[in-house]
Amino acid sequence: MAESNSATQDNDRPLLVAEGLTKSYGRVLACRDVSFVLYPGEVLAIVGESGSGKSTLLQLLSAQLAPSAGKVSYRMRDGVLRDLNALGEAERRFLFRTDWGYVHQDPAMGLRMAVSAGANVGERLMAVGWNHYGKIRDTASSWLERVEIGLDRIDDAPKTYSGGMRQRLQIARNLVTEPRLVFMDEPTGGLDVSVQARLLDLMRGLVGELGLAAVVVTHDLAVARLLSHRVMVMKGGSVIETGLTDQVLDDPREPYTQLLVSSILPA
Amino acid sequence: MSALIEIADAEKTFTMHLQGGVRLPVVRGVSFDVQPGECVVLAGPSGAGKSSILKMIFGNYRCDSGRIDILHRGARIDLANAEPRQILDIRRATIGYVSQFLRAVPRVSTLDVVAEPLLVTGVPRAEARARAGALLGRLNIAERLWSLPPATFSGGEQQRVNIARGFISNLPILLLDEPTASLDAANREVVVGLIAEKKRDGVAMVAIVHDDEIRARIADRLVDVAAFAAAA
Repeated sequence: MAESNSATQDNDRPLLVAEGLTKSYGRVLACRDVSFVLYPGEVLAIVGESGSGKSTLLQLLSAQLAPSAGKVSYRMRDGVLRDLNALGEAERRFLFRTDWGYVHQDPAMGLRMAVSAGANVGERLMAVGWNHYGKIRDTASSWLERVEIGLDRIDDAPKTYSGGMRQRLQIARNLVTEPRLVFMDEPTGGLDVSVQARLLDLMRGLVGELGLAAVVVTHDLAVARLLSHRVMVMKGGSVIETGLTDQVLDDPREPYTQLLVSSILPA
Repeated sequence: MSALIEIADAEKTFTMHLQGGVRLPVVRGVSFDVQPGECVVLAGPSGAGKSSILKMIFGNYRCDSGRIDILHRGARIDLANAEPRQILDIRRATIGYVSQFLRAVPRVSTLDVVAEPLLVTGVPRAEARARAGALLGRLNIAERLWSLPPATFSGGEQQRVNIARGFISNLPILLLDEPTASLDAANREVVVGLIAEKKRDGVAMVAIVHDDEIRARIADRLVDVAAFAAAA
């Protein structure tokens, strides 16, 4: 009982907090005064067209870019909320290796293309201190199965894989360390529609099973609908509308959101 | 007995920015409550705003003013002004919604589509699937279809999958949007039976039903939506 109480309390405390995040490149404001709170297990989609600032925001949130103003805080495993900018480089790298995942649109950015699939997954485990070869290989195998990659391909390098397989491998590599937060930048971009559906279904299942929190940047409202609980609509660097995903998509309030929603081609 | 749903003076207007900012008033002054074990049927002509009211109670449509109080985990929460995460929790634990159309998820089997609402509340997979199978059987979905995703099913079959998904959990509030619309007589009978069981379990329901006979059989009370017509 005590355990479930503390778990509930933990889920009631924010995991990631953005306050007044702003980023300017010279006179261009790429991201203007963005604030929100993400709780454990929540999936937030950031939607908007190219140039709306959503990728800049993702880089700010994941501490790959320093904000011009504002701050991002993250609740570390010890329960303390820390300002990401105040972390040392080593601490930030440690977060990236253990507690966070980052799924790039282009799998080549998130994978080592010339080493085997098994090693791509195993490498993340070694980075957090695993050193038993048999265990690493078993865990890597089970993750490849979870992302529907046949074990006969475990020794092949991802450069021999199709685009969809590469993306599934990138997801396995990210999730193997059981992160609490995953950033995804257009995870289904550049894939065939049929491959997208499979990937989305897989991600939806994994996010639910693992209770992951995620921030997903996408221009595809179908991706937002299927994966996310909440959405933020961005335009010209600002968040113009935010709310429950089905509410924003079924009852959009802002002119720009109405335009986005009405621009979906019926299947 | 205290009401599970209490709506006071709720109002909804759509503003169509792409059509030059045309304002479409949908409903206003919506006020009614629903007691445990009661099925309230929304009556009124097409376009009167019945579905919009149902969607407002589910938090799918925003409410411009007024209150929609829901008894959730023992406390009253005004859904019209709730945070997204509160609404999500209300949907997990309190309000179920059976829409007219199934929003199919690619590749997920019919059995899992139906079992999902139980899984998210922590029911073990085997038990959730067994209950899903029992309900699908009752709604005359052949067992050979259970492992297939429902996307390719007929309209009537999809609706029955949707009904099974909506009725499987033990939520205290159910919203039903035309639950019998494309069903044959035998399956309509099954749905009437399911609604009667929910009433015995103390579930509060709000329904939209066009079929006069079915409405007469399930309604404990009619609420005339025409009374909430928003004069343009």
